[in-house]
Amino acid sequence: MGSKTALYEKHQEMGAKLVDFGGWDMPIHYGSQVDEHHQVRNASGMFDVSHMTVVDVTGTDAKEYLRYLLANDVVKLQDKGKALYSGMLNDDGGVIDDLIVYLMTEPGVAGEWFRVVVNCATREKDLRWMADQTAGFDDVALTEQPDLAMIAIQGPDAITLSKQAIGESRTNLIEKLSVFQGVESEGWFIARTGYTGEDGLEIMLPEDEVADFWQALADQGVKPCGLGSRDTLRLEAGMNLYGSDMDETVSPLAANMGWTIAWEPQERTFVGREALEAQKEAGVTEKLVGLVMEARGVLRSHQKVIVEGVGEGEITSGTFSPTLGCSVAMARVPAATADQADVEIRGKRVPVRVVRPSFVRNGKKVFD
Amino acid sequence: MSNIPSELKYVASHEWIRVEGDGVVTIGITDHAQDLLGDVVFVELPEVDADVETGDESGVVESVKAASDIYAPLSGVVVEVNEELEDSPELVNSDPYGDGWFFKLKLSDASELESLLDAEGYTDLCESEA
Repeated sequence: MGSKTALYEKHQEMGAKLVDFGGWDMPIHYGSQVDEHHQVRNASGMFDVSHMTVVDVTGTDAKEYLRYLLANDVVKLQDKGKALYSGMLNDDGGVIDDLIVYLMTEPGVAGEWFRVVVNCATREKDLRWMADQTAGFDDVALTEQPDLAMIAIQGPDAITLSKQAIGESRTNLIEKLSVFQGVESEGWFIARTGYTGEDGLEIMLPEDEVADFWQALADQGVKPCGLGSRDTLRLEAGMNLYGSDMDETVSPLAANMGWTIAWEPQERTFVGREALEAQKEAGVTEKLVGLVMEARGVLRSHQKVIVEGVGEGEITSGTFSPTLGCSVAMARVPAATADQADVEIRGKRVPVRVVRPSFVRNGKKVFD
Repeated sequence: MSNIPSELKYVASHEWIRVEGDGVVTIGITDHAQDLLGDVVFVELPEVDADVETGDESGVVESVKAASDIYAPLSGVVVEVNEELEDSPELVNSDPYGDGWFFKLKLSDASELESLLDAEGYTDLCESEA
């Protein structure tokens, strides 16, 4: 028996098929993963993501600590509630985890603090690493928030229906949110973020209020969705999955995360910087690309990718894309790979197209 | 609990067999099997007129989650395949014992039917795997 979120009874009531996910009993689907996928692309769906780990970073050194801890630079956060995606690297430049950090106050004020959301499967090593890195700072405190539940409401209708479910006082707050921004409200934190490639919200709220809110969303027509469709949605959107598309042995430069590294200002020291600079100097030998297979069949992780005259790579995540009706994948391949490759599927070589690793955004195909 | 019709025969690799008479049988995968696979997105079937032996790989079911081989539960010649599955693979999920059938086989040795599991035997097998 794994850990249970505060929505466990709701999941059972709504017919979820529950599976073990990083030690948690989580819904994989409520009947059909593909239907749930389409539901999010075409209307709205909600996911229980309460298993994710929330850590608040406070103290007068909070900002300087995060500027050292993360490859992206929290100085970019110039509005209250703004969010930043970043890798947390080790000294060799490998990815310990990817995370989102929110600025919870106005920037630069006394009492400025941040909220960090990291993956559930990496919780223990993340917390240990984050604690270790506080060593050079006098005043920084890390406080995990295990009593916060989290729901992601995603899809073109997600914000409209969430406003109808949430109550008047908070409706106004949602209307003011720009993309990648959150707002606090009496113990709730409402953010316009997600992991599906659709507009929507991620809402953290006290565990004892989450079942009622989940039901209120369902009453508005938001359909419960499992982690199965969450994976096909994020893959279509070209968003990395930690542990599959990158890990501690992989550089962000070989994981399509180069855009999350803040090289400027040059005087900022962050964990992994020296290693990354050396990699850049030497030349990065691999890259993360998207694959599209027109033939019937499904690309799966760990299948071999053969690039004629260049070398070999491996699929890191693969699936059938319900939106596109064919299979897509992310793969790590030699940097010289052009626009064609073959994938070895059960002993046969099948041709695939190589594209930028992003397939669907806001319901639409995004590659040529 | 999954649906296991009493009039069908079964094999341990989760295919069902319906005896149609004239030495012809219809073959598909069980409700239990489709439930384990999740949403089916492709089905690769054998060629009509292909000779198959018991236990041969005779096709592949691909779901969102995994690829799974289909094994011939009996020996014979493929006389018909379910072409509907090419455009509507989801029939395997929605109607595994009806519109989601895979192929029909003209048996080469009808005595092989005696080795199949009945519904009770298959139920016990599923429970022991659970």
